[in-house]
Amino acid sequence: MRIDFTVNGRPQEADDVWEGESLLYVLRERLGLPGSKNACEQGECGSCTVRLDGVPVCSCLVAAGQVQGREVVTVEGLADFAEQRSCGTGTRGTSLDEAKGWQAEGTDSQTGEGGELSPVQQAFIDAGAVQCGFCTPGLLVAADEMLERNPDPTDADIREALSGNLCRCTGYEKIMDAVRLAAARQSEGV
Amino acid sequence: MPTNGVPTKITQGSGTRGGIGESTLRPDGTLKVTGEFAYSSDMWHEDMLWGHILRSTVAHAEIVSIDTSEALATPGVYAVMTYDDLPTDVKNYGLEIQDTPVLAHGKVRHHGEPVAIVAADHPETARRAAAKIKVDYRDLPVITDEASATAPDAVLVHENRDDHHSGHVPHPNIVHRQPIVRGDVDAARRRADVIVEGEYTFGMQDQAFLGPESGLAVPEEDGGVHLYIATQWLHSDLRQIAPVLGLPEDKVRMTLAGVGGAFGGREDLSMQIHACLLALRTGKPVKIVYNRFESFFGHVHRHPAKLFYEHGATADGKLTHVKCRIVLDGGAYASASPAVVGNASSLGVGPYVVDDVDIEAVALYTNNPPCGAMRGFGAVQACFAYEAQMDKLAARLGIDPVELRQRNAMEQGTLMPTGQPVDSPAPVAELLRRVKAMPMPPERQWESSEGADVRQLPGGLSNTTHGEGVVRGVGYAVGIKNVGFSEGFDDYSTARVRMEVVGGEPIATVHTAMAEVGQGGVTVHAQIARTELGVGQVTIHPANTQVGSAGSTSASRQTYVTGGAVKNACELVREKVLELGRRRFGSYHPAWASAELLLEGGKVVTDGGEVLADLVDVLGDEAVEVEEEWRHRPTEPFDLRTGQGNGHVQYSFAAHRAVVEVDTELGLVKVIELACAQDVGKALNPLSVIGQIQGGTTQGLGVAVMEEIVVDPKTAKVRNPSFTDYLIPTILDTPTIPVDVLELADDHAPYGLRGIGEAPTLSSTPAVLAAIRNATGLELNRTPVRPEHLTGTV
Repeated sequence: MRIDFTVNGRPQEADDVWEGESLLYVLRERLGLPGSKNACEQGECGSCTVRLDGVPVCSCLVAAGQVQGREVVTVEGLADFAEQRSCGTGTRGTSLDEAKGWQAEGTDSQTGEGGELSPVQQAFIDAGAVQCGFCTPGLLVAADEMLERNPDPTDADIREALSGNLCRCTGYEKIMDAVRLAAARQSEGV
Repeated sequence: MPTNGVPTKITQGSGTRGGIGESTLRPDGTLKVTGEFAYSSDMWHEDMLWGHILRSTVAHAEIVSIDTSEALATPGVYAVMTYDDLPTDVKNYGLEIQDTPVLAHGKVRHHGEPVAIVAADHPETARRAAAKIKVDYRDLPVITDEASATAPDAVLVHENRDDHHSGHVPHPNIVHRQPIVRGDVDAARRRADVIVEGEYTFGMQDQAFLGPESGLAVPEEDGGVHLYIATQWLHSDLRQIAPVLGLPEDKVRMTLAGVGGAFGGREDLSMQIHACLLALRTGKPVKIVYNRFESFFGHVHRHPAKLFYEHGATADGKLTHVKCRIVLDGGAYASASPAVVGNASSLGVGPYVVDDVDIEAVALYTNNPPCGAMRGFGAVQACFAYEAQMDKLAARLGIDPVELRQRNAMEQGTLMPTGQPVDSPAPVAELLRRVKAMPMPPERQWESSEGADVRQLPGGLSNTTHGEGVVRGVGYAVGIKNVGFSEGFDDYSTARVRMEVVGGEPIATVHTAMAEVGQGGVTVHAQIARTELGVGQVTIHPANTQVGSAGSTSASRQTYVTGGAVKNACELVREKVLELGRRRFGSYHPAWASAELLLEGGKVVTDGGEVLADLVDVLGDEAVEVEEEWRHRPTEPFDLRTGQGNGHVQYSFAAHRAVVEVDTELGLVKVIELACAQDVGKALNPLSVIGQIQGGTTQGLGVAVMEEIVVDPKTAKVRNPSFTDYLIPTILDTPTIPVDVLELADDHAPYGLRGIGEAPTLSSTPAVLAAIRNATGLELNRTPVRPEHLTGTV
């Protein structure tokens, strides 16, 4: 089957998709967007987290056919997405319409090249929250969405929001630091 | 200092930023946060096929027949291969003992053993075709524990063994046995005022790295193959792959793809040979990516163990003796079992002074899943048991558990049970003091003005308690881990360092075959080059087999050994650069004759800080390059009867304090805090050091309260091969982990550093268990602890 949908603000078309393929497979193997990760392919680890019409989902559990006509944001588009949001209406959070109306900027949303990093991406690097990095894309998408909803989270809020994302390297402490750092920078307007 | 290389002074140049001791950021960080970092499962090639492995559905059986005809006839299938299609006489592989079939021959020895491989144009086509392969099995009795393995009429897991351990083991179903005997335990026992005994069980833990086993094999025009792979040791893989393919090693090119964690689980081969075989058979690139289910079958696990301990002490709390027996289940193939036995036995009494010991460790061949390397490597299981014993002893003696440990703590100069002196700092008592001195987390931290925050209580969002039935406990533990490959292994690393002027700036390029698996070795290599060569810009060349071996990313050894090799190569480059400078400018300034010249901030300076020349001018258009192997001090094998010998390179110590809350009605545990104090010798990158300690601590927490591969004792089949059923700690399960880092230099090691990756995985588990015992008063002789162990409803 053919699927038309929007990824990181760009219309995409995937041909010859077998009905059993997941959104994750189509992103990784058909659209050249391997940033979303394949750690469990059963919805337990969160490494494949993307936003589907603004909502964080495990892309391994979304049948490719379900995304027809819809909007997907992956880690490759996160920086542009965050940039777009910060230039947006000034209110907190992203409405469905806003999410659907978002368009990528930067040179190449296919590879993510050329753009600045989003605050949460930069905070993950600065705080030492990246080791092997396999959980990182999913955590970034989830953390960015949490900070959008809740710009001043408590530690318990952060843990709750990220409890669907497994990390095996860090013991999560540096991830906590990174999200706190991103929240602090966001509130200071850095 | 090691005698290798040129002995020069350490140059921590103030004029060079980003050197050792700074928390520089990862060079691969940006790629990893933007999704651009290419992991092994991200590899893609025009026209590539997908490989899939058919695995055995039973644990021990003869293969009566295999019928691949229907699979081969499936549209989209390019190749189906079984044992009969292997191209050479080399059909087995293995780290130390080549006992593992590339594809099963005649029988399968464990659930999930590879039987056939398929290549097809879509992963689902490959999977479905594999499912059409008909394998007729005739069941054999399963060997699942020591009793069934060593029974007089036991079926042999491997017949006709001729490996180098087969001559000294008491039974062919024992891979390796290592006794360690020192002093006179019987005499010492008579001096003991109290004796405590215990029998402990350690469950089978999985590395559960997130990046699944995967890679891409690309056939090359010269008949060779190029493998892009996630591994812990490229050259070890190469040595095992090439003979099976019938290719010389220079025709099997290997490049390290991005590695999504390892923790020991990538020391053994997984899909490497299978991908290469299918690529060479079809003439097309072949990608294989395990899903999580396959990953649980596709790599070895941590050895489950039974441990039997007897500790004696005088009334004032001094250990008289330790007698112990450690039985490790190695599963169907040897993997790293012999070395795990060496560690479990030699580290079996922990970081304590004990003159009279009688230790025995064995690893079994069974039909359970193969077990091998995992972070902590034999020392983890022992630490769980000897620390439980220390608490038991403390309770019997009426001495505070930390005090008892401190009274018996080893220090520099103490003899190990192997007779090896500990010849660098061993601050065991100090680490315990530090971890105990850390502020305690507040009581009832889950209480707020709005009532109980259930997220901070046992049971969490399941809302099972608002504090009723919840009791708190505190526990301590300390452990000892060896660093580097032991027992006489030639544990070297190679580094190639190049210095040249590019774009008007001196830059260094560091090329090693070190597997960066997330630990941050690439960060540290750049720091070392900056420190030694005084340059700002360092390029880390991708790891491949075009440079000599860097050894394994295991045994907490990479910063020590490959870091040592990089340091050594940099020192040799520096000498050459200074030689160049002396030739060019020596006549202009007498200071060039000094042996104490440094490279700092892109300049040649005297130790007094006087600038002699810019590196740009010294180098001109010349490139200076050195490739050199580097070795740490040699070690010796342990004597096969007495276990005596200087078997280890270095020791690493960490201590933990766990604070837990237990819902005693439901048997649910919430770890509130897990504090760690560790001696790291020298923190080359403090941020990464703390990250390693916290990560290792959390893996220890996992096996304390949730992680276990459950194997059916009747069928030896794995019951929970998924992240739905095999639980690893989430961010909600993991507490704050305050870390106190001590830096006492080991004068034998580069920069005085100590390998750090594994020690925190040891003491974390027994600290949590001690805290749960403290909270509940239960004995708890197994890990992980499950709710039924706490509620008495087993």
